[in-house]
Amino acid sequence: MKPFIGAILAIFWKDLLAERRTREILGTMLVFALTVILVFVFAFDLSVEIRRKAAAGVIWVTLCFAGTISLNRSLTLERDREAINALLLAPVDRTAIFFGKALVNWVYLLITAAIIVPVYALLNNLSLFSWGGLGVILLGTLGYILTGTLLSTLTLQLRARDMLLPVLLFPVIIPLLLACVRASTILLQGGNPAELDTWLVMLVGYDLLFAAVGLLVFDRIIEE
Amino acid sequence: MKPEKTPRALIFLDFLALLALATAFALVIFYAPFELTMGSVQKVFYFHVAAGLAGMLGFFVATIAAVACLKTGSLKWDVAGLAGVEIGMVLMALCIVSGSIWARPVWNTWWTWDPRLTTALIMELIYAAYLLLRSGLDDARRRAKLAAVYAVVGFISVPLTFFSIRVFRTIHPVMIGSADSSANGLFAMNPSMQTTFFSSLAAFSILFIALYWHRYRLGNLQAEINERRAALQEEGE
Amino acid sequence: MILPQALPEETRRAMLNAVNLTRSFGNRQVLRGLSLTVEPAEIVSLVGINGAGKTTLLRVLANLLRPEQGMVRFGSYTPLNAPAEYRRHIGVVMHTSMLYDNLSARENLRFFSRLYQIADSDKRIRQVLEMVALNSRADELVRTFSRGMQQRLAIARALLHDPDLLLLDEPYTGLDQRSSELCEMLIRQAAADGKMVLLTTHDFNQAVAISTRVDLLHDGKISWSSPSAGLSGKSLRATFNELTVFSGSHKGHGVNT
Repeated sequence: MKPFIGAILAIFWKDLLAERRTREILGTMLVFALTVILVFVFAFDLSVEIRRKAAAGVIWVTLCFAGTISLNRSLTLERDREAINALLLAPVDRTAIFFGKALVNWVYLLITAAIIVPVYALLNNLSLFSWGGLGVILLGTLGYILTGTLLSTLTLQLRARDMLLPVLLFPVIIPLLLACVRASTILLQGGNPAELDTWLVMLVGYDLLFAAVGLLVFDRIIEE
Repeated sequence: MKPEKTPRALIFLDFLALLALATAFALVIFYAPFELTMGSVQKVFYFHVAAGLAGMLGFFVATIAAVACLKTGSLKWDVAGLAGVEIGMVLMALCIVSGSIWARPVWNTWWTWDPRLTTALIMELIYAAYLLLRSGLDDARRRAKLAAVYAVVGFISVPLTFFSIRVFRTIHPVMIGSADSSANGLFAMNPSMQTTFFSSLAAFSILFIALYWHRYRLGNLQAEINERRAALQEEGE
Repeated sequence: MILPQALPEETRRAMLNAVNLTRSFGNRQVLRGLSLTVEPAEIVSLVGINGAGKTTLLRVLANLLRPEQGMVRFGSYTPLNAPAEYRRHIGVVMHTSMLYDNLSARENLRFFSRLYQIADSDKRIRQVLEMVALNSRADELVRTFSRGMQQRLAIARALLHDPDLLLLDEPYTGLDQRSSELCEMLIRQAAADGKMVLLTTHDFNQAVAISTRVDLLHDGKISWSSPSAGLSGKSLRATFNELTVFSGSHKGHGVNT
């Protein structure tokens, strides 16, 4: 177990170190996310009331879009000099690669969320923070990243890989997205607390389920 | 090697499917009673439900085949999975279209975002993505493996999607007046309705088996052609 | 040839054994029942025309590719019963550097030493950097390295965890005279330490000069094998041409020498 955790952390720090130098992934994600928010506001010419009501939806959709950037890029990084082979050669269970990459992508997405949520709040003069909301963001982004890392590994071996990730990913995460949007909306505007519980249980279940799927099939996907 | 002929049983099955469909069609038109509140359009229901169930069966078979493919690594299971997905998509599309035709006069709209409709639509999207994934891969073995993984992931999310939309819709105020029992097909069936319903269900089941057999056979023949072509190329080198 | 008895540890005496390997890509069968044994202190040069499957074989031996049939064994470890242990004993250099461009040489090695759980890694990293003469550039980004330097760093990465088996896919590519002498010295040193080396090359003179044995990979099998002692680059070329170019198949494929 110790080498396994060690390998996950090694991959995590290695990616952060490279990212600190280039800032290409986080930078692109942030600029893109802010652009998407602007596009939403202009496209719908949202009135203050609608902007408040649509906050959860706009933020979650933005996160989903921005997330595909790091999901695609963090694995193509391994493809550049076929460093992925060096990872596969390491004497650890290869599932460590999955969790290491998922951890990096999760952190990127959380950083993006930590910036765009206050920005949306500021731009629209809303107060969006709540502890429950933080929990929903943590659980929701985790489920998204687990599924996304699994599927982006799958697209790694495709010809048109960057293109296909959203097509594969989005229909599968619809239940997750729905749970996130509903739970956030209830937290922001009030609503049935029992419904909130249902969504939280669903989020936890989704996260566990896809962590288990990753654990079971990642080996098979990554090896040729 | 002599060319393989279409098996007799399969030809028989084709005729049986045709006959069963014709019978079911005749029953729907001439035998099934005229539903009072919905009128003649209610008759779409028989084929609509049967197509939906057979479509689900296709996706289910595909998932079983995907798991088997991951376990055994045999390419036969890949062919079996693809057959299930393709037929499932066609039947599910039939189900969605016939449902819309029914919904137009009954619900006064072509489409509502109710759990069943939405899940059916998302399933079509998932399996369209499955086909796109396949087309991006050349190596048969790798294609089989990755497609199987996606089939499993996709199928896992289907019940989650259905459940989450149902929670969403039942607690959330319904936008269009579709909460009545007819939305769920729960209206009482009298015996002649039942006869018609089960005969169309049987017809679609036989149709499914016949189509599935054809598609599976076709897939295997395609694989064989590829093998022989490769063998020829090697000889020619 | 150095006798394996002279070697210290039990694992050093284990040999690499591949039996009846088959592997195809699409419809092209690359390996067709290939068997191969490499003993401690042996340096085996693997030659073969382009596309004969040399890289595929190396990838199968490195546990990067699953063979369709057959099995690979190193001592008591196989990729099936103990994949991690099996991989721990192997060091690999491929065509591509398998390094991270945006990390320095030292950071790259530090990352891999964490994956291999190397104790006292800083010391070991200095050692291998010394071995490939990269100490002075250790803290520069790999992005700025020339092809030859990247190749040397790739060799350092392969040696980092002191593997018993080295798999080198055209290790000389892109190396200048000095680097290639350095590389040769490292290979000889490894064999002197009782390690096994399997390398591929297109240069017949080099193939003979460095190795204790030359194997020819053709039609998916080791079709010819000879101790290097009685060979010369010229005689190897003659044999090679006879067995490959004029055997009726693969006509017209260029052979780079």
